[in-house]
Amino acid sequence: MIIFQNVSKIYTNHKDTIALDDVSFEIKRKEFVSVVGKSGAGKSTITKMLIGEEKPSKGRVVFGDYDISKLKPKELPRLRRHIGVIFQDFRLLANKTAYENVAFALEVAGRSQAEINEFVPQALKMVGLEDKMSNFPKELSGGEKQRVAIARAMINHPDILIADEPTGNLDPINAAEIIKLLLKINELGTTIILATHNKDIVNDLDKRVISLENGRVSRDEEKGKYLLV
Amino acid sequence: MLTTLSRIIKYGILGFWRNGWLSMATIAVMFLALMVFEGLFISNVLTKAALESLQDKIDISVYFKTSSSEDEILTIKKELELLKEVKNIEYISRDKALEIFQKRHQGEEIIAQALEELKENPLAASLNVKAHNPKDYEVIDAFLKKESYGEFIDNVTYAKNAVVIGRLNKIIDTVQRLGLFLTVLLAVIAVLITFNTIRLAIYSNREEIGIMRLVGASNAFIRGPFVIEGIIYGLISGLLSFAVIMPIIYFLAPYAKAFIPEINLWNYLISNSFNLIGYQLFFGIGLGIFSSFVAVRKYLKI
Repeated sequence: MIIFQNVSKIYTNHKDTIALDDVSFEIKRKEFVSVVGKSGAGKSTITKMLIGEEKPSKGRVVFGDYDISKLKPKELPRLRRHIGVIFQDFRLLANKTAYENVAFALEVAGRSQAEINEFVPQALKMVGLEDKMSNFPKELSGGEKQRVAIARAMINHPDILIADEPTGNLDPINAAEIIKLLLKINELGTTIILATHNKDIVNDLDKRVISLENGRVSRDEEKGKYLLV
Repeated sequence: MLTTLSRIIKYGILGFWRNGWLSMATIAVMFLALMVFEGLFISNVLTKAALESLQDKIDISVYFKTSSSEDEILTIKKELELLKEVKNIEYISRDKALEIFQKRHQGEEIIAQALEELKENPLAASLNVKAHNPKDYEVIDAFLKKESYGEFIDNVTYAKNAVVIGRLNKIIDTVQRLGLFLTVLLAVIAVLITFNTIRLAIYSNREEIGIMRLVGASNAFIRGPFVIEGIIYGLISGLLSFAVIMPIIYFLAPYAKAFIPEINLWNYLISNSFNLIGYQLFFGIGLGIFSSFVAVRKYLKI
């Protein structure tokens, strides 16, 4: 369902930085894949390419029917409605309540008010926030914010959920909660790509692991472990 | 389409409300900018009225020899009227001149006696010529110097007034040019300040714009609410500045009248209030829309 084909990414600011160097892999439907590596290994570049925020310098990124590397900026919104994303810094809209943050993702997809009234409470209930619907992000804890972000990411029933360091700002207990939630979502049939450098989480998962080192895939194992030093 | 539009409007209003302080600050700046516009508008009205009343006071009088007959004078009047520079001509016959003279010196015994003694009316008939533009008097004066007129015309007051008219022309020119310069300058300043204020308001929302893009919002959906906010800014600041200028004009009007008797600023404002409000809203809303539109574009690149 997702294909990275000989993808390279070179940032050309002051001097050329190679973020990805000839990376190829394939992710199948309903897989749970962890992408691991040190900071700067290229994890974020991979997630950014999946949502079209960055374009590969070489190679192709394909998602379902979309050749993401060839999409025009105007076509990006439609792609992004098929992909849920959560980030380390949550990226909630600060001046919207939890409910509105989730509803927003439906609104941009042009869904009806009736659907919004039905689905948004459901999604917030799934992440355990039914009693915090009208709180603004600043009134929520880190873990709660991340759960709102997950509800928002899942509300359009995306085929794939990309989690870029989702536990980076959370304490271990909250982090475990979030991972549990991701596993539950995966069981319900959504492909999950988890980019992280948290060794414990990856080792507990016992799922496929793609390890990156200096922009190259150093390992790609089913039921892998985080083996980098 | 309709749901999208209603959502855009809803979020515009919501954003306006929730960013209360920022909205207030933006409106305050736009309000001041619009007050500048309004001040310009009114000062233009005043200078125009002042200049017109000055121009209206300028004329040249053509005095005819007492030997000229009324027919001859009227012929010359007709010929003058053919000149495109001439705005209007008032004919004052000898009898009328006498009447005016008597009225002016009513109750002055000596003058009355002197007139009686003369038996005949000593006053000359005259034409008071007004030009469209004070600069045209020179042309009219030259026309009157025609040889064939010499036998009827006693004298033309232009020569006497030439210096004053010339100086007035210069003043009028300068005032108009200065007014235009100030108008353009202040208008540019007001536009730039408003534009920058809205840009800053949107700058503080740049992260939100990025997030919206990542959630899959189309550019129109992101930009729309900001444009709506811009419209609200323009609407409120436009109405506010009009509400503030009304009492100011009401109090200033008598002073303006003392300065230029021809103008009633208050009545002018009332009869032009629709225009004025229209301009205000046009500028306010136009600026709001334009600034929002341009300012958001920068953050839509994710």
